Amino acid sequence: MAEKFDLQEREVWDGNYAASQAMRQAKVDVMAAYPITPSTPIVENYGAYVANGYIDGEFVMVESEHAAMSACVGASAAGGRVATATSSQGFALMVEVLYQASGMRLPIVLNVVNRALASPLNVRGDHADMYLGLDAGWIQFGAFNAQEAYDLALCAFKIGENHDVRLPVMVHQDGFITSHTAQNVYPLTDKVAYSFVGDIDPVDDMLDFSRPVTYGAQTEEDWHFEHKAKQHKAIIDSVPVIEEVFSEFEKISGRKYKRVESYMMEDAEVAIVALGTTVETSRVAAMKMREQGIKAGVVAPRVFRPFPFNLIREALENVKSVAVLDRSSPGGAMGALFNEISAALYTTPKRPLVTNYIYGLGGRDFAVQDAIDIYHDQKANADVGHITTDIQQFSGLRGPKLGFFQTKRS
Amino acid sequence: MQDLNLCATEKRGLHKLEAGKNLIGWDEVVQGSVLTSFEGDASSVAHLKQEERDYSHFNSYTATVASWRVKKPVFNIDVCIDCQNCWVWCPDSSIISRDKQMLGIDYDHCKGCEVCVEVCPTNPKSLLMFSEQEDLENALSQWPEKKKKEKK
Repeated sequence: MAEKFDLQEREVWDGNYAASQAMRQAKVDVMAAYPITPSTPIVENYGAYVANGYIDGEFVMVESEHAAMSACVGASAAGGRVATATSSQGFALMVEVLYQASGMRLPIVLNVVNRALASPLNVRGDHADMYLGLDAGWIQFGAFNAQEAYDLALCAFKIGENHDVRLPVMVHQDGFITSHTAQNVYPLTDKVAYSFVGDIDPVDDMLDFSRPVTYGAQTEEDWHFEHKAKQHKAIIDSVPVIEEVFSEFEKISGRKYKRVESYMMEDAEVAIVALGTTVETSRVAAMKMREQGIKAGVVAPRVFRPFPFNLIREALENVKSVAVLDRSSPGGAMGALFNEISAALYTTPKRPLVTNYIYGLGGRDFAVQDAIDIYHDQKANADVGHITTDIQQFSGLRGPKLGFFQTKRS
Repeated sequence: MQDLNLCATEKRGLHKLEAGKNLIGWDEVVQGSVLTSFEGDASSVAHLKQEERDYSHFNSYTATVASWRVKKPVFNIDVCIDCQNCWVWCPDSSIISRDKQMLGIDYDHCKGCEVCVEVCPTNPKSLLMFSEQEDLENALSQWPEKKKKEKK
């Protein structure tokens, strides 16, 4: 073992470095990865920590992301603490094995640095890969900055490995905007972080030779439905564990995480629902709207899966008009986040007006002014009491305006 | 003649699902479709023969996959030289052999892949594929004669 890793009380880290530090402090046993931009530094740093003797881990060389997640599934079934990282095309290649991991109830932690999916080829950040994995049966957290990427990665181990949960966990951060921008991060000391995460206590580990087990058995129509029902219930039931771990984390760090992060929503009239770094941009815009006397707020699901259906309803039911921002090409439908948010709102008695904005694809900048324009649209909707624009619009696209699903105007 | 059910123990198939019987609910299924192989401690099962092992009722040994098969291999004890080639090659461990003597085929787990027939070195072969419906005596009576070497 090398000497102790020196940490300052306040470090200047980017999101990738923050995530890799969380892996070092959680003492990840096995990582198998096929590095892909922009998540490469996460696995690179882990390799360096192992090579320099800061942790006793194993970095497994693989020939693709599919093999990487497969190796992680094997290592996790064997009883180790396993984590890896990926982006974009790599994530897409992993998708098949993501379902294996969640179906086998293996607590793997996956750091996803969100990036656009080709083609056209693009390394910049949008949420296309995140949306691809929403049905994979993983618990999914969104980190809006480097500090949160570090904090949530630590929480992810503790939540996933809880015996009542036993599910894999993804932590998302925005490609380049979070992952490559250095910010102030306040890390925990190694001792505090490790005692928070704790030792892994595997269930049904394959290296227990006195009790051999078979993983991922074939079930066909006899039992597949029952297994999926149990898996779905397990995700929904992970909510108390998630909240307990978040409040435990607050005690040691002072940083409070909620399943839905509401910003200035107490008396809000118009609201933006967004994910990732856009949340912080929208918060700045909301602040500026308040200066103009428009009651604006921001709602951001921190935990995408299990989807905080009730909390979204509570946060938005008194708002007049809501803009749901999707950073992924909807491919002939409404945005996926729009569908979930409007489903939650449809069951409220007041039913706020909801519109869908597609923005920032392939890393297109989403500036404060864009959010302000969206707030002005919402304010107009709120004032007249019906949607004044197309229900789905593209924000920040060059050329003439692009919108779909016109509303009937009398 | 041959007894081909040598390996079937009383426990085999005990928990086989019958329509409307023994069905459990979604909340009782094993988490993550993890199946335990043996009942209780299994650190000393390696030297035991299949029929002596205490298989758990989740184990695939107690379930049959016979319905996957289209053609079945039939074993002719009169031609066999006990070379164990088929036992080595069988991908499903469905060749039953005790003390280096071929006894027959575990038809509950044989999927009819024909590998055993392919690797059998005797002349004529001591394992041949027959239709699933063919009964054993009928199959043995159709066994081919020894092939003569063709002169070149």
